[in-house]
Amino acid sequence: MAIVRLRGQLEKLAGASELSIEGGNVTELLQGLEREHSGLEGWILDERGVLRRHINVFVNGEPAEPDAAVEEKDKIEILPAISGG
Amino acid sequence: MTELLVGTRKGLFVLEGEPGAEFQVAGRAFVGEPVDYAVREPRSGRIFAAVTSPFWGPRIWFTEDAPAAGDWQSARGVALPKGGKDALKRVWVIAAGEADGLLYAGGDPGVLFESRDGGETWALNQALWEHPTRPRWRRDSGGLSVHSIAPWPGAPDRLALAISAAGVWLTDDGGATWSHGNEGIVADYLPEQARASAIDLCVHHLERAPKRPERLFLQFHGGVYRSDDAGRSWTDIAAGLPHDFGFPVVLDPADPDSAFVIPVTTEDRVTDGSVVVWETRDAGATWMPRDRGLPQQNAWLSVLRQAFAATGEGPELELYFGATSGEIFGSGDAGASWFGVATRLPAIASLRAG
Repeated sequence: MAIVRLRGQLEKLAGASELSIEGGNVTELLQGLEREHSGLEGWILDERGVLRRHINVFVNGEPAEPDAAVEEKDKIEILPAISGG
Repeated sequence: MTELLVGTRKGLFVLEGEPGAEFQVAGRAFVGEPVDYAVREPRSGRIFAAVTSPFWGPRIWFTEDAPAAGDWQSARGVALPKGGKDALKRVWVIAAGEADGLLYAGGDPGVLFESRDGGETWALNQALWEHPTRPRWRRDSGGLSVHSIAPWPGAPDRLALAISAAGVWLTDDGGATWSHGNEGIVADYLPEQARASAIDLCVHHLERAPKRPERLFLQFHGGVYRSDDAGRSWTDIAAGLPHDFGFPVVLDPADPDSAFVIPVTTEDRVTDGSVVVWETRDAGATWMPRDRGLPQQNAWLSVLRQAFAATGEGPELELYFGATSGEIFGSGDAGASWFGVATRLPAIASLRAG
């Protein structure tokens, strides 16, 4: 299982800052996260199952696309993108 | 004391004050996030806010408390069916229905949600979502939005909606079936041959006269219209206005012959250097300018469709409108005179008064 780290609003909704979640790639992992923690449903993936536009996912500190592979013990972070203006 | 709930591009502002003087900011919520609409539901006293987080998507929030207290809960079920090709983009309006606990919310892409438990859980209206004409509905620059919801006083199953750009929709069976109410509306942005069968009608705002529910007023994308047959057919009443373009329309609940509009130029969608609210008291036969106290020079304001509201009625009617420039103007005497309510707020998307 990968280790998912959550902060801010997501941490509050999940009730934990760190969770162990199964998934072969980023999308599968996020689907699993929403399944196991229904309070997060719709916050990271929209109804189509698409990663929301201004959410960034990092795997072991590197930006990762939705189809990026996830390995056992990988550290996943889900963060709002930089915004301003 | 009058309360204004002001949705801005940078959060919800709650203003309080008495007509005639500047209002005070009594509270803020959703700081930094776009609040597209906020309203206090009159029966429960709950405040609802439609917030489109750039990160986490669109959501309806509600609170029992003073909004500044910040104890907001996220409503459940405000989403499209999972696994489809569409995602909810924005919630444009929230309105109380006629049955106890019944609320409606309209959004983009052209969707209506219903709640029967006072706004905690919501369900998509399937008949509108699956309407066979949906492929012919057209997005305008603001999206494909259900932005106007007009219940029929005392008749919970009767409802009118306006969709930009898909015209007026009517139901007499609580949303089980929907029919068009577009007869008489002329879309001069379409070729003449296409107008008769047009479905992509860009209604900007629709309001029902509560004392005479079969009467509705409508601000169109070029035209102001009145219906006297519950929205089935429409008569153009824009003659006498300086421009037939505009976004909001507001009524005096006591007077079914009344309507207030804020005309803007067709070219740039702002007031033409002076700000004038136009009022009719004869159902659109004549219009009177109401500009005492409003800026008459160097004023090019953009007032969006949800940013003009009324509270009270008759001689006690109070009117308020906010602009994308962050200014709010109000009237405590049914539009006869106006005063400055607030300045230097973020761009105003919506304003409700109570």
